[in-house]
Formats: sequence, structure tokens, C-alpha cells
Amino acid sequence: MIEATRLRKTFDKGRVVAVDEVSFRAPDGQITGLLGPNGAGKTTTLRMLYTLLKPDAGSMRIDGIDPEAEPLQVKRALGVVPDSRGLYDRLSARENIAYYGRLQGLDKATIARRIDYLAGVMDMHEFIDRRTTGFSQGQRVKVAIARALIHDPRTVLLDEPTNGLDVMTTRALRGFLRQLKTEGRCVVLSTHIMQEVAALCDRIVIIARGRVAAEGTAAELLRRSGRDNLEDAFVHLIGSDEGLLA
Amino acid sequence: MIQVFFKEVLDNLRDRRVIVSTLILGPLLGPVIFAVMISFMTRQATERMEAALELPVIGAEHAASLTGFLEREGVIIKDPPSDPEGAVRREEEEIILRIPPEFGDAWTAGRPAPLELIADQSLRYTGASIARVRGYLNAYSAQISQNRLQLRGVHPDLTRPLQISVVDLSTPESRGGMLLAFLPYFIMITVFMGSMHMATDTTAGERERKSLEPLLINPLPRWQIMAGKLLATTFFALLTLALGLVAFVYAMSFLPTADMDMTLNLDFRVAAWAFVLVAPAALLAAALLIILASFAKSYREAQSYMGMVILIPMIPSFWIMIDPTRTETWMTLVPLLSQNVLILELVRGEPLNAGWMLLSIASTTALALVLAAIAGTLYNRPKLIFTSD
Repeated sequence: MIEATRLRKTFDKGRVVAVDEVSFRAPDGQITGLLGPNGAGKTTTLRMLYTLLKPDAGSMRIDGIDPEAEPLQVKRALGVVPDSRGLYDRLSARENIAYYGRLQGLDKATIARRIDYLAGVMDMHEFIDRRTTGFSQGQRVKVAIARALIHDPRTVLLDEPTNGLDVMTTRALRGFLRQLKTEGRCVVLSTHIMQEVAALCDRIVIIARGRVAAEGTAAELLRRSGRDNLEDAFVHLIGSDEGLLA
Repeated sequence: MIQVFFKEVLDNLRDRRVIVSTLILGPLLGPVIFAVMISFMTRQATERMEAALELPVIGAEHAASLTGFLEREGVIIKDPPSDPEGAVRREEEEIILRIPPEFGDAWTAGRPAPLELIADQSLRYTGASIARVRGYLNAYSAQISQNRLQLRGVHPDLTRPLQISVVDLSTPESRGGMLLAFLPYFIMITVFMGSMHMATDTTAGERERKSLEPLLINPLPRWQIMAGKLLATTFFALLTLALGLVAFVYAMSFLPTADMDMTLNLDFRVAAWAFVLVAPAALLAAALLIILASFAKSYREAQSYMGMVILIPMIPSFWIMIDPTRTETWMTLVPLLSQNVLILELVRGEPLNAGWMLLSIASTTALALVLAAIAGTLYNRPKLIFTSD
């Protein structure tokens, strides 16, 4: 469960406001989508949640823990697939994942068991012991997700997870995220793709220009905007169609 | 921390470039260049000293007794080229002796008889030949003056109020030490060569691969991640240093030191001491290079910094080569310089000065730890984590 209250983050000594005022709640057992055009502040918001950036103002709680006060605690509770998904080319997929397992402080047996499980769920057996040089985007994302989930985290953050994936891989990934949800986890993903939230998310947080423009279920957003499809509702709620085509 | 260390070591051991640059080229380059250079230099020097001297003489007929003396000394008198100055300038001849026609008159009149040595003294390789010709001529001159004095009933010793002799206390080891003046540089450079690739790969490389951000999301203080990388880099630097020293010990056995009447005091015992001495500099090099590479925006930018850093260990080495002075205590407090002077002491076969060793190790370790501490804070700067934005 994530609670963010009035988060604010500026860069360049306050000249660039990336996140102006973002508040939202992401409950357990649901998929929450941060929807917004490019540059709206989604990645910055996530980076504050996973402690790589310090907010200028506002507060956050992840399962009741304050990331600013106890960053290591929060990092243990979170599974994060950030925008950068670089793998180590000279290591095999299994070694890449096991490295993160060791950094999480897991023992050998647990790591082996978790890798077996994750490779099964995400259909990775075919390439799990190959070096990651020359992996396809889909294979890379799977490895990135597996290493983020190696420690069985209760809360999962994904930054534009379907970027660069083909239709089949995207479908498989959505299925996997739904499974995480049914396991009772709190799943938060950011995206600028409308269909993604429509197909996947229980709750939608629309972010534009560093602020939350609207928050609620798809049905609530449609009702509030008075439109009959999500795309129109989105344009109406953020007040422009800027960034939609990106 | 230890996990980061093992991963970086494994990861980089699988990189062929690392194997080549760190474990083969790095350790071997120095000893090979050094051995080839030294044996070439010594062979040249001995050949020059031992080979018969060929001397073109102009106007040999004006001084038959002088040329006779030279021939008895083993000099081969040649006919002069038609354009002596030109021949020397074109480097066809190193040195030409000209005996002017007035030589005979001056000789019989008892006046100093003129002789000209035609040579280009700016050409370094002619130095030995000029010295040899001068030596013969001086010997001849001394012999004649003695004869003349004796003819006039004067004891020749009257003209020699001083008798100077140098008591040479240099040992074969210390003469070898002179030859080894730039050995420290080649040893110091292995540490930098060994850490260069690792420092770049684990920092700038990690950022360029876009694996730094996910790495930092792991529940590990950032300084520990950096410390793991620093340790791995130091490990490779030490590996290169150890291999380099072993290579040096073997390379030394190929040098024609016996011909030169000197011993090179670089056996495994000295190499072990050199390792202990230089080990703190490995940490220093690793920390310095990691700091630089962390600021680089890309792998290529980092590599261009590395090229410049390689010059740093040169500074003290060249200074010592150009201005060889006695080792003093303050020198052992200056990192990099202290290793230079103390390695020289070691290969000269001087008794170990434990105090100096400790000062050198302590001061270098202190500076290395300061740099390591700075490196440890680097990943607290968001700018160094996110490159794309």
C-alpha cells in the first residue's frame, strides 16, 4: 500500500518543476496506473518512491514506512522495474537475477527456488542460462522484472513496463501483472498509453504538468468528465491533447 | 559490498578486453620494453667501446710518428673523404682528424702543434668516439712531453703537482641501480594500467549500460556499492602489479648485466617488498580513476580522462630521472614519489629503511582512503545516477 501526499520535486535549483503537487493512494490487491503525457512527472514521482530522489516537500508511506527515513527498509519492501533496464551482458540471465538476489541478502537456496519459480511463470527457461548479449527487448524486460521480484516484494513499481515490447509479450506481461494483483500485491505502473490502463488498471491516477489531474476507477473518470470513452475523458481532464501522440 | 566485489570480478574476468589489457599487456608491456631498451643500450655501449676505431686522417703525411702511435694503439687509419666537413654533416663519418701542413714546423720548433677534430658534438652517439680519439691524443701528448722533459734533464713528475685517483665505492648493485632509474615508473604504471579498465567499466560503463539505476534500488547503502567496485578495481590493480613484478624478475635475467659488471638486484625477495610498497598506490590509483570515471558522461569520455591520468605517475619518475638526488625523509611522505625513491633504494641493494617504508605506506594509504571516501559519496549525487535527463 502506497500513500503519497503533496509530493514536490524541482531540478536546477528550483527552476524546473518536475513534480508540483502529487498525492495518490495505491491499495494492496489492485493495479494502479499513473497515466500522463511524456514529461508529466510520472518517472520523477516513482523515483521519489523508490528513494533515488529526495522530494523537496510532501510525504510518502509504503506499507507505513517512510522512504526518506528508512530507505533500506523500503528498498527491501519494493520490487522496482525502472525505466533503465540495463543488464550485464557478460552474465547469463540467471546470474543477472541471482546478483540482485544476493544484494537483497537472500541465501543460495532461496535464490535458486525463486529463479525457478519466476522463470516458470514468465516462460524464461529457454534462455535463462544464456548470456544476455543479443537478448530481445521482451527477454530483457523479463529478466529485469525477474530480478526486481527476486525477493518476493509486496509492492511492485514498474516504469513504462511495456515500452518497446511486441503485442504477444505485452499480453503475457499483462497476464503476469494480473497474477501479482491476485496474489494480493500492490502494483503501480506508469504509462502514457491509454489502452494499457483501460485493459489493466483498477485505479487510474492522471498526472499532467506535475499535478494529479484526476484519480479514480475508469468508470469514475468517465462519469466525472461526462465522456463515453477514456481517451476523450483523458484529454478533457488534463485540459489538452498535448503529449498524447508521443 | 562483497557481493558487488565478486560480481564485478566475475563480470570483468569474462571480458576479453580486460584479460588482454589488465592481465597480459599491462604486466608485460613494461618489462618487455624495459628489457629490450636496456639490453639494446648496453650492447650499443659495449660494442662502441670494444670495436676497433676507424679514423679518417687528413694530412697523415705531416705527422708520421703520431699516426704510427695511433696505429699501435689499434686505431685503423683511413684515407679521408674528399669533403670532410660535408661527410661529418651528412653523418657518413663520426669524427675526422685533420693534421694541418704547419704541424711539422710547429713540432720541430717545439711550439704546440695544431690538430683539428672534426665532429658534430650535438650527435649523442659520437660522444664515445670523440672521447676515445681525445684519449689517444692526450696519451700521445703526455708521452712526448715526458720525453722532451727527460731530454732536458727535468723529472717529469715536476709537471704533475697533483695525482688524482677516484676511489669508486659503487657496488655492482648500485651501478645496476643507475641503470634501473626508470624501473619505478614501469612498476607504478602497472597499477594504473590494471585499474583503468575496471574503473571505467564499473562506473561509466554501468551508467552507459543503464544498469546503475536498478542497481542502486537494491537495499544496500550506496557507499557499499561503490566500495565493492573500488575493491574489485584495486584487486585487478594488485593482480596486474603482481604479474608485472614477476615479469620484471624474469626479464632481468635476460639482461647482459655480466658484460656491464653490474648486478640487478631484482629477485623475488625485492619484488615482494616492491609489492608491499606499491600496494597502497593500487588503492590510490583505483580510487582516483573511479572518481574520474564516475564524472564522465560516457565510456568514451571516461577513457579519454584515463589517458591523461597515466601521466601522473610519470611526474615523480621523470623528476627523479632528470634530477637524481639523495633520498630524504620528506620524499617518503609524498605518495607516488615515495614509491619511486624507495624502489630505487631496493634495487640498489641498500638496506631497508623500515621507517621510510612505513611512512610511504602510511601516507599513501591515508591519501587513498581520503579519495575512497570521496568516491563513496559520489552516488549520493542524483546527477551521477541519471544521465539521460
